[in-house]
Amino acid sequence: MSFKRKDLLGLAPLSQEEMALILDSAEPFKEVSGREIKKVPALRGRTVVNLFFEPSTRTRTSFELAAKRLSADVVNFSPSSSSVVKGETLLDTARNIEFMQADILVLRHSSAGAAEILAKNSRMSVINAGDGWHEHPTQALSDLLTIKEKKGQVRDLHVAIVGDVAHSRVARSNIHALTKMGANVRVVGPPTMMPLFLHRLGVEVYHDFDKAIAGVDVVIMLRLQLERQGRSLFPSIREYARLYGLTSERVQRAAKDVLVMHPGPVNRGVEIAHDVVDSGSAVILDQVANGVAVRMGLMYLLSQRN
Amino acid sequence: MNVMSRTNSKHPHETVIMDSHEMTRALTRIAHEILERNKGCHDVGLVGIRTGGVHLAQRLKQLVSQIEQTEVVLGELDITLYRDDLALRKNQPVLKKTDIPFHLSDLKIVLVDDVLFTGRTIRAAMDGLMDLGRPAEIQLAVLIDRGHRQLPIRANYVGKNIPTAKDENIRVFLEELGEEDRVAKLINAENTA
Repeated sequence: MSFKRKDLLGLAPLSQEEMALILDSAEPFKEVSGREIKKVPALRGRTVVNLFFEPSTRTRTSFELAAKRLSADVVNFSPSSSSVVKGETLLDTARNIEFMQADILVLRHSSAGAAEILAKNSRMSVINAGDGWHEHPTQALSDLLTIKEKKGQVRDLHVAIVGDVAHSRVARSNIHALTKMGANVRVVGPPTMMPLFLHRLGVEVYHDFDKAIAGVDVVIMLRLQLERQGRSLFPSIREYARLYGLTSERVQRAAKDVLVMHPGPVNRGVEIAHDVVDSGSAVILDQVANGVAVRMGLMYLLSQRN
Repeated sequence: MNVMSRTNSKHPHETVIMDSHEMTRALTRIAHEILERNKGCHDVGLVGIRTGGVHLAQRLKQLVSQIEQTEVVLGELDITLYRDDLALRKNQPVLKKTDIPFHLSDLKIVLVDDVLFTGRTIRAAMDGLMDLGRPAEIQLAVLIDRGHRQLPIRANYVGKNIPTAKDENIRVFLEELGEEDRVAKLINAENTA
């Protein structure tokens, strides 16, 4: 099959086959990143624009490296140094970029649906690199690839997603990705961090971490967004760490060969203990490595669209 | 239909150009030629171009080890990302892995492909190899040379030269891909790649 979409806005609309195709296309690029000369000419002459309205190091660097390793030209826009501070609208900014003949626009924005609006109003391929609390599809695809690599397959695995699910686009994309690939997903966190009607997405909801982690094959820890603590979702960080932090004692309750995942940046000692981050179960850096490969595979597929 | 061509009752839409025995003989000769030209195979690496070339390279490796009682290193190359028509094709070519488990630098690399036609695949393969290291030499072995080159490329080892019309479809069928070994000219253009 071939990838027919112009954009990647989220994983909710994607079929299992489409996700599998992106993963299959990502795998050959891992070899490219391992070479001495980490470059192939597949996107030679194409232009990729990174437009990030929220701070990001990992994701922006990952997209930039992915595009450069495909030989595309990359431009990074950051709002503080652009005409956005002069009051230009998002759509106008995007139109200007489009008329400079960019081919792929990578957008991170604090509003859910921002990428979709640009996609509908532009000939460029738009990749959502995180929009509000909505979706962060390339992160979830990197996670899928990591699980697939380490476990052989995703189907029938038991996966726990732990933390502030309500405010996490990573959680939402991962729930769509994992349930569609046939995994059993449980989400864990305090009620203040659980959106209503979450069960409609086909997941089990837990508030007790010790119960939820029993026997799981994969634990995905979400970052506690310390900048949101003003909203009093939780009495104190210490209490959160005690109830929902991943300690090596809790890891013991999971399956023997459990994978510990985290989208980064990690708050050591808050949602995940030091020794767990550095343990053999943690595949956090594999997620990062696979992130570059997934983004290369995705940009390759989008550039093949005719 | 000319005198040379044979039709096969099992494959009614084909004119068989080489059967399994002829293929084996041609590959055995190529294996000897590779050894002769390179005075053995201590500094030779075989690299098959996906998909057909990979299987032919495996067969050459086996033949070389039978003749010379030494092992020659073998790699697999996917040239999709180096194609010059990548942006023009209607169908997305399926990406496969490149797997070259040895250092190319200072080796004499024999590229192996099934059919040599326009030469564009070989151009892409040479670019791909150069990105992986600096081979001492690149040589080219093909089972079939059907002419109509669009680039100045010539094979060092050829199983069989076959004069063809540009729009004819020549296919190499291999046991490894679940077919009976043969090279055939397809009579209907139904199976065009």
